[in-house]
Amino acid sequence: MTMHNWRKSGTPWIWLSAGAVSISLIMVIGLLLLIASRGLVHFWPANVTQLAYQTGPDQTVQLIGELKDRETLPMARLLESGTYVHQPEGELGHRQLLKTGNRDHLGLDFRWIVDGNILQQSRPPELMVIERREWGNFYGYLRSVSEGGVLVAEGDASWSALQKALGRSLELFDEIRKIEKKDIGQVNYALEQLRLKQRKLELNDQLTPDALAKIDDSRAEQEAAYQLLMGRLAVLYREIGRDSVTAELMDGTQVEVPLSTMVRVYQPNAMNLPRKIGHYLSKAWEFVSDEPREANTEGGVFPAIFGTVLMVLIMSLMATPLGVVAAIYLHEYATQGWLTRTIRIAVNNLAGVPSIVYGVFGLGFFVYFLGGNLDALFYPERLPAPTFGTPGMMWASLTLALMTLPVVIVSTEEGLSRIPSSIREGSLALGATKAETLWRTVLPMASPAVMTGMILAIARAAGEVAPLMLVGVVKLAPSLAIDGNAPFLHLERKFMHLGFHIYDVGFQSPNVEAARPLVYATALLLVLVILVLNITAITIRNRLREKHRLLET
Amino acid sequence: MKDDSISPGPGSRPDDQTPTHGLDISVLKRERTTLSLADEKICLEVCDLNLYYGEAQALYNINMKLPEKKVTAFIGPSGCGKSTLLRCFNRMNDLVDICRIEGEILLDGKNINDRAINPAELRRQVGMVFQKPNPFPKTIYENVAYGLRLRGMNDRRVLDEVVERSLRGAALWDEVKDRLNENALGMSGGQQQRLVIARAIAIEPAVLLLDEPASALDPISTLKIEELIAELKEQYTLLIVTHNMQQAARVSDYTAFMYLGKLIEYGSTDELFTAPREKQTEDYITGRYG
Repeated sequence: MTMHNWRKSGTPWIWLSAGAVSISLIMVIGLLLLIASRGLVHFWPANVTQLAYQTGPDQTVQLIGELKDRETLPMARLLESGTYVHQPEGELGHRQLLKTGNRDHLGLDFRWIVDGNILQQSRPPELMVIERREWGNFYGYLRSVSEGGVLVAEGDASWSALQKALGRSLELFDEIRKIEKKDIGQVNYALEQLRLKQRKLELNDQLTPDALAKIDDSRAEQEAAYQLLMGRLAVLYREIGRDSVTAELMDGTQVEVPLSTMVRVYQPNAMNLPRKIGHYLSKAWEFVSDEPREANTEGGVFPAIFGTVLMVLIMSLMATPLGVVAAIYLHEYATQGWLTRTIRIAVNNLAGVPSIVYGVFGLGFFVYFLGGNLDALFYPERLPAPTFGTPGMMWASLTLALMTLPVVIVSTEEGLSRIPSSIREGSLALGATKAETLWRTVLPMASPAVMTGMILAIARAAGEVAPLMLVGVVKLAPSLAIDGNAPFLHLERKFMHLGFHIYDVGFQSPNVEAARPLVYATALLLVLVILVLNITAITIRNRLREKHRLLET
Repeated sequence: MKDDSISPGPGSRPDDQTPTHGLDISVLKRERTTLSLADEKICLEVCDLNLYYGEAQALYNINMKLPEKKVTAFIGPSGCGKSTLLRCFNRMNDLVDICRIEGEILLDGKNINDRAINPAELRRQVGMVFQKPNPFPKTIYENVAYGLRLRGMNDRRVLDEVVERSLRGAALWDEVKDRLNENALGMSGGQQQRLVIARAIAIEPAVLLLDEPASALDPISTLKIEELIAELKEQYTLLIVTHNMQQAARVSDYTAFMYLGKLIEYGSTDELFTAPREKQTEDYITGRYG
């Protein structure tokens, strides 16, 4: 076949387009693989190594930690950085990143070590890792367990004693947390409501002695409940502070670690594969179901998942009806002319406005103007503390709804224009008005297109971070936007978001090195959340399509 | 042919003892020879109707009287305005922005082009069936119940009754009674067209407009539709637009021949086809143009 014929046959175009598809696929899969591989190892209980390490010509220290990373760099640069190198020969040097933990004793979690300086390396099975509520991980040897200052186990017996004591302390901790968060939270909420009620009556000049007495009664009731809870808390705190262990650091120092600070204790070098997998799953579950600890660098991201999903749902609830109504007017009722053309161009252009601009608008218009006026009108008793006059879930959702509105409008309009006129005429000929035709026939048939708009809107909104930083997202939200206190849905509250969580953990945390795997894990989770949201929407759309499909005629 | 034992036909009411109608052309033919517009009760009257699309005039000075409970066919070459005229009777031309209508169409003595007439109300009295079957993407049941639901009728018993009566009326009941809850789009084209007729007669209009109802169908479906038309005229005034002159001759009592927006000749079908008064009519029905 000649070159000319080959070109005419279209084969080069097929190859070109197939190539484009492959590149896109490879990029998407590569991205996911990278995020997954970096993120998922975070929960694996890595082996802990003990090293005899040379820091000077005659100086040797013992180091304990997890080897995290390894890099090769020119020897010259290694020397320049002021590191001691035992045998500075050759062009290249190798160094490894050791997570030493014990931040309370060493000041730093991580340390680069030069390969050539390692004198001896071992993995003693009795090395212990303690996951703590503060100061990061602890690495060392368990020596003894004490109960209220009295030694109860020593040597080999102490490991099982520690397990038992830890179970007890975790139970106590759960109870403390429940009382602090839920019970006391409820009392505080009730007290606040009472205060607001009184303030409202005051503002309206309706604070009769009767009403005041009633409020005071309820308040006394709540105060009594509060005192009761505080009493219980004091007992629990005494109980949880009873036990402690003595452990030996890498340099031989003995330190006391109270059990109340421990989350998990494990000996990774002694664990077999099933136990490691169990540990991994429990850590992964903690990640998606628990609250963050230690400036978000440990624990879970549940509030962020919750915030992301809730915000996207509320955004969809706001954007979809508004967009559909706007599209119906534009497509069905408005006289088609230069004005509608201009509006369409404007709507399309809105989709291209940078999201941060929406954030600024949301802050200026929704938060300060709308929110401020809402507060003045409906919540005067809470002032000067703002209710809606401050960034929160409601304004974040509304801002994103505004941002995704063009997508919904454009896609709905396309859907409407795809409905054959014969169907409209059929309905009109049966005596339906235009509105009835729209409502009963055209809109149901256009619903898959509306869902397509919603899917695109969700995809855009769930991944957006910049505008949210202005209108409602915070690093750490004290409570979720849905809880057990009436009215259950608190849209005025600030919330956490996976996207912002990534930014915060990756760039704002005091311990960037430690948090890096967490950034990947969170990113993977965000992708999964968006995927789940999208698949849900796509499933609904396919159902609708099946229901309202028109056979090709 | 229809099964006499189960199909009461569209005209059957408890007090109506007339036997069911099969399609017996010879009977129809005999009746027809005696037909004369002067003896008929008039249902619709068109007076000096002119219709413009923007600047272009599409209908010129149409004057005609349409008899009640008879089939009137409109024939003529493509673009002669017969569909446009048909769409005047239920004001479907309102949907065309640039369309302007002068003159009157009287239904029960009232001018339907009057501003006071609500087109939706009018269309309940004047139903329409289109060239291409256009069932809604809903179940068969919901398609037929559509018009009633529009009027706020949601009583299941009443709906069941009307759906059955209408489907029987459209000679479709036996074919679909076991799959009323299936999507109407799964039916064949001929069934769809009869469903659309059932949908139209479910709201009991006075007049039924049929815009080339069989032109998109195969011969057997066409035959069924024609049988149906013969039955429906017991109860409804039927106006049918058709390209097919044989069909017009078969099904209609009266025929109007249109050419270039003008009504050329209008009279009983037998007369028009056997002894046309106008040269243009004769040329058309003998196939000299179109």
